[in-house]
Amino acid sequence: MDAPTLLLIASTVRFATPLALAAMGELVAESAGVLNIGIEGMMLAGALAAYEVGVSTGSALAAIAAAIAAACMLSLLFAAFALRRQADPIVSGTALNILALGATGSLFRLLHSAGGLLARAPRVGDVVPGLNGFTAGAILLLAAVWLFLARTRQGLALRAAGERAEAADAQGVPVARLRLAATLFGGACAGIAGAALVLWLSDVFVEGMTSGRGFIALALVLFGGYRPLRIAGGAILFGAASALQFRLQAAGSSVPYTLLLMTPYVLTLLVLALFAGRSRAPADLAKPFRARD
Amino acid sequence: MKRARVFAGPIAATAVAFVVAGVWLALLGADPLRALGALVGGAFGDSLALETTAVRAGPLLLVGLGVALSFRCGIWNIGGEGQVAVGALAATAVATRVAAGAPGLVALPLALLAGTVAGALWAGIAGVLKVGRGVSEVLSTILLNFIAALLVAWAVHGPLQEASGAYPQSDALPAAARLALLPDLHLAHSGLVLAVLLPLAIWALLFRTAAGLRLRAVGASPEAARYAAVSPELETVRVLLLSGALAGLAGAIEVCGVTGRLFENLAAGTGFTAIAVALLARLHPLGVLPSALVFAALAAGSGAMQRSAAVPSVAVQVIEALVIFFSVGFALPRRESA
Repeated sequence: MDAPTLLLIASTVRFATPLALAAMGELVAESAGVLNIGIEGMMLAGALAAYEVGVSTGSALAAIAAAIAAACMLSLLFAAFALRRQADPIVSGTALNILALGATGSLFRLLHSAGGLLARAPRVGDVVPGLNGFTAGAILLLAAVWLFLARTRQGLALRAAGERAEAADAQGVPVARLRLAATLFGGACAGIAGAALVLWLSDVFVEGMTSGRGFIALALVLFGGYRPLRIAGGAILFGAASALQFRLQAAGSSVPYTLLLMTPYVLTLLVLALFAGRSRAPADLAKPFRARD
Repeated sequence: MKRARVFAGPIAATAVAFVVAGVWLALLGADPLRALGALVGGAFGDSLALETTAVRAGPLLLVGLGVALSFRCGIWNIGGEGQVAVGALAATAVATRVAAGAPGLVALPLALLAGTVAGALWAGIAGVLKVGRGVSEVLSTILLNFIAALLVAWAVHGPLQEASGAYPQSDALPAAARLALLPDLHLAHSGLVLAVLLPLAIWALLFRTAAGLRLRAVGASPEAARYAAVSPELETVRVLLLSGALAGLAGAIEVCGVTGRLFENLAAGTGFTAIAVALLARLHPLGVLPSALVFAALAAGSGAMQRSAAVPSVAVQVIEALVIFFSVGFALPRRESA
């Protein structure tokens, strides 16, 4: 393959990886019946945590750990309201997104109020030539999630909690605990996805830098029909669209860049319009569950 | 008193949100009391501050009403942000291009109408996608927010950019398309009168008409509504059109009454704050008025807070989010699913 094609493929993978990471987390959460639309916010929290800890420690690993912790804290907040208090999950998720946008924005400005040049975050490089650590992690995650959901008893119990919470509960499945665990897992994955933005795609934090990736990941779960491989395929499709769009921008296309930037969002809408009606969500998705007394 | 108890939940939610935000600011090393003082001063300190608060309340009120309507119907319109943007865009296009030379009696109503229709159609896309293709309105309205913001960016860099081409913004709206200021005031425009009257109109629509009953019936239970010969699909499209129209009108009023031109990120955040407005009002049209004033005060005071207490103005979003959490977590019971 010629150099431009290889570059395009590399760029596709760069854009696809954070989407796939976040979508795998949401897949597990939704399989357990938890609809958390706060992925965007959790990614953003992960990105800021990764940046600050990465810069102050110089360690990419510490940065990723911090990103996971920050995003998990937000997912715990979501769980406290949406699962424990049975508040509406859509409203809770929206609040989570607004909270993350405001909290990361104000925190970032307070921490860097002196101005000046921003320090660069440490990088996560390739584990083997051409395969970035985050992509390798995403592939492992994909395999693990598939194995877990399709081939393990725990995965079956988790899906039962999402399909028929009452019945699963009657069978002795710890529905509330599984849903909490799935929510935290979703948070952790979103955190890693956010870290990838800072430690790989960019090297600084920018307010609102997730720019809708969390929502695209949400759409990918639907588009992929709750099947891990198809979700990953969707992530690659979106990665390719983003990569192409930036290629056109760089090539000085006559199409205004603002319209090119719309591509991923318009594509998501189109894909949803074509496929959303066909995929069947877990029956008890976003329905409240109260354990028997 | 039953009446008094209605306010207890929202007031408690707001109070708790302020306390939590204060603790958070203190942890960050800021002085929360000083920040609060600056916030209150910036929102209510003098007549200009009061006018700023009133002007900020206008769009929050309109968009908040739309959110309250759609949430009541069980439709999650998270797209106020984009509907405001296309409303502002359409109003500007009409005022500066289509009706550029028209007299005030034509230009202003036309601009406001264009914004209203644009907002309605933008939300209508989500309605059609939901009813026709089964696409969740949560996702579609959010995606449409991003697309609308980029449409505005494209317009002010392209077809609607000012004649001089100096900045990415539109030409100033002709005077004929501007909303007049209220007598003896410096910022408050006549559009605010509409903003005060609309909650009454929406309240009457919701609780005194058959259309309102249908809408609430679908919100309570789509299946039961269907037995009563009410089509949830039709109501979904209707409520999205109406709630989008309110947001589009808010965007049009913003350019015709406040900014006088279109630029990127105009009224950014209004759509999201409006969700907090509606929830704090417990989705009641009349409650939206005081609720919008609370968040308008936050917005108006946040600038002063940033200047004199060195607390970034975006910190206000933290309070908004906390108000949402505490409103839904402790005050608003979730609908029982069938």
